Amino acid sequence: MDLFRAHVLVCGGTGCSSSGSGELIARFESKIAENRLEKEVKVVRTGCFGLCEAGPVVIVYPEGTFYSRVKPEDVDEIVQEHLVKGRQVQRLVYTDKTAQGQSMSLDEIGFYQQQKRIALRNCGVIDPENIDEYIAFDGYKALAKVLTEMSREAVIDTIKRSGLRGRGGGGFPTGTKWEFTAKAPGDEKYVCCNADEGDPGAFMDRSILEGDPHAVVEAMAIAGYAVGASQGYVYVRAEYPIAVKRLQIAIAQAEAYGLLGDNILGTPFGFRLAVRLGAGAFVCGEETALMASIEGRRGEPRPRPPFPAIKGLFEKPTLLNNVETYANVCQIILNGADWYAAMGTEKSKGTKVFALGGKITNTGLVEIPMGTPLRQVIYDIGGGIPGGKQFKAVQTGGPSGGCIPMKYLDIPIEYDSLIAIGSMMGSGGMIVMDEDNCMVDIARFFLDFTVDESCGKCTPCRIGTRRMLEILQRITEGKGQDGDIEKLERLAQNIKATALCGLGQTAPNPVLSTLKYFRHEYEAHIYERRCPAGHCQALLNYTITDKCRGCTMCAKSCPVGAISGVVKELHAIDQDKCIKCGACMEKCRFNAIIKK
Amino acid sequence: MAEENRAEQMLRLQQAIAEHAHEKGAVMVLLQAAQSIFGHVPQDVQQMIADATGASLSEVYGVATFYAQFSLEPGGEHEIGVCLGTACYVKGSQKLLDKLSELLAVAPGKTTADAKFTLKATRCLGACGLAPVLMVDDEVYGRLVPEDVPGILAKYLGQ
Repeated sequence: MDLFRAHVLVCGGTGCSSSGSGELIARFESKIAENRLEKEVKVVRTGCFGLCEAGPVVIVYPEGTFYSRVKPEDVDEIVQEHLVKGRQVQRLVYTDKTAQGQSMSLDEIGFYQQQKRIALRNCGVIDPENIDEYIAFDGYKALAKVLTEMSREAVIDTIKRSGLRGRGGGGFPTGTKWEFTAKAPGDEKYVCCNADEGDPGAFMDRSILEGDPHAVVEAMAIAGYAVGASQGYVYVRAEYPIAVKRLQIAIAQAEAYGLLGDNILGTPFGFRLAVRLGAGAFVCGEETALMASIEGRRGEPRPRPPFPAIKGLFEKPTLLNNVETYANVCQIILNGADWYAAMGTEKSKGTKVFALGGKITNTGLVEIPMGTPLRQVIYDIGGGIPGGKQFKAVQTGGPSGGCIPMKYLDIPIEYDSLIAIGSMMGSGGMIVMDEDNCMVDIARFFLDFTVDESCGKCTPCRIGTRRMLEILQRITEGKGQDGDIEKLERLAQNIKATALCGLGQTAPNPVLSTLKYFRHEYEAHIYERRCPAGHCQALLNYTITDKCRGCTMCAKSCPVGAISGVVKELHAIDQDKCIKCGACMEKCRFNAIIKK
Repeated sequence: MAEENRAEQMLRLQQAIAEHAHEKGAVMVLLQAAQSIFGHVPQDVQQMIADATGASLSEVYGVATFYAQFSLEPGGEHEIGVCLGTACYVKGSQKLLDKLSELLAVAPGKTTADAKFTLKATRCLGACGLAPVLMVDDEVYGRLVPEDVPGILAKYLGQ
């Protein structure tokens, strides 16, 4: 094997690819060749590094120098200075905003120091399209151990004792699920992976598939052995083309190495994997709907029981786990159940990956031990709110979750504590909102999503969520009525109690949690016709301040002639005529027009 | 020319049918193949998929209309998708969509009269680190403000 004195790792995740990391790789390769360094320096396209805010990201080893927001024209300088002369290019080195100083290497950056990467351990470290790199990092060792040293019962027992719970959001104990499927009668069984990551703002499953696809392939084979299945399906969103491609490459490589197929590693066990693409239906993240979709039908859920462990895909016993759940399995097998169970809290073991987004300095992926306080994630790791704005809420659990206000920032993150305050873990999206975000509008946004994604099979979800949306819409349009809040609450309770599947049962959560913690915002909209966050257009008033120089630009741009005034004198807006289009504000060169 | 293309597309669909029709759950797989070959799924194609898989036309139609990925009508030359995922929404992607809608004089989900652009509001693209983002065909544009929109459109209008 060739030895290289330096490695240039370029992030090839979706975020960095979108900001041009592919071009960086090509440029690095050509510049390295120009300098005849191709035998000394290797360029590796890795998965996501997690710190998407700094993308596109380039890391140069052995130093571990972390270059952020690298542009193609910067490549020449990095090659000339760093790789040829051994001097870091200071102006491109990532500046740690939280430490207010410069960080040199990956290990020194505050964003990474407080993390514990298990599911993400290989992301940003190995080339996901090269099975040899995965094997060099203990890849397929867990499968070998399971097939040669462990009984099916021992595997299930290890997973049970580890305390691993479903990372897709439900939090059902994984080992118990495996046991149910293993004990279900039947010769033909299936193992499925839910990679239909539909929660807006959550992208950990995609990053795992993009950065470490073999970890999922290996874990599914282990699951197949444990429950007695010889065929697996990965159901991936079609919106994730890079993840799909890398997964397909991983499966083909594993087949070529005899790690998938018949008689794996010389044992009687055989296992095959196929990829099935989603087609843009959020409800397919629900397990029975997902299986209907793999069967080629409309992705409509059905009542449970029977649970998939008894009667699932093609009517056979089926094990279904989420991508991140699988990504923990091999490490648990290799390091033991006790090692895993030592992390986290009493009822939530191990680590969880969160996707930080919204109004936060360090957007990206973080993996932290369960039980870490929200405040630490948002302020210490996430770097707080940019632009000196005030934190208002953090939304977890996507359209099924809720908004958590300031007063709960010190609660430890675990399945049960989040449910207790009206939100949920969900798949791990964490969207931070600041003072400019209107909570009524956020509730409306999520309801708009659920109404659109409701499959229409059951009435509470199909009609009930639409009625809720209509009420929220009129509140944000300034037409809220006395009694609307009570109507929302009644509808919410009824939908929660009667909807067929998880989508409908949890759809009212964003409304309920915002009503619980931000009721005053609803009341301000309805009774005072005002949006405290200054977001809802219909409730805003545009006014001209004394910064006005009388240039007449605003009056000229107003489509309804609501602005009057004489040249070089203060202008005024007739509130009765104003249609709140904001054209005047766009045209004003003196920032004299404000809306509130 | 167009006829030749159509014949070529049909050939590719028939290849996909030969490869996948016998698989379990083939209706979805073949609809996805058809969507990528034709850019939409016309009725005669749905009929072919129905015949090949033993499903009825109404079943195939039911699947085709259930999922957002399949469209029954042809789209514009370029597809613009504005991400309305939560991370993009809280960072103002609705304003990008409104601006596009205004400039193109077309409602989200519709195609412009000159068949140049189809404007869509999409689900989370997973590029939350670049929020707010929009996609034109396969190209992602991130960290945008509404003022960036005319410049992006100009790139595609010049062609």
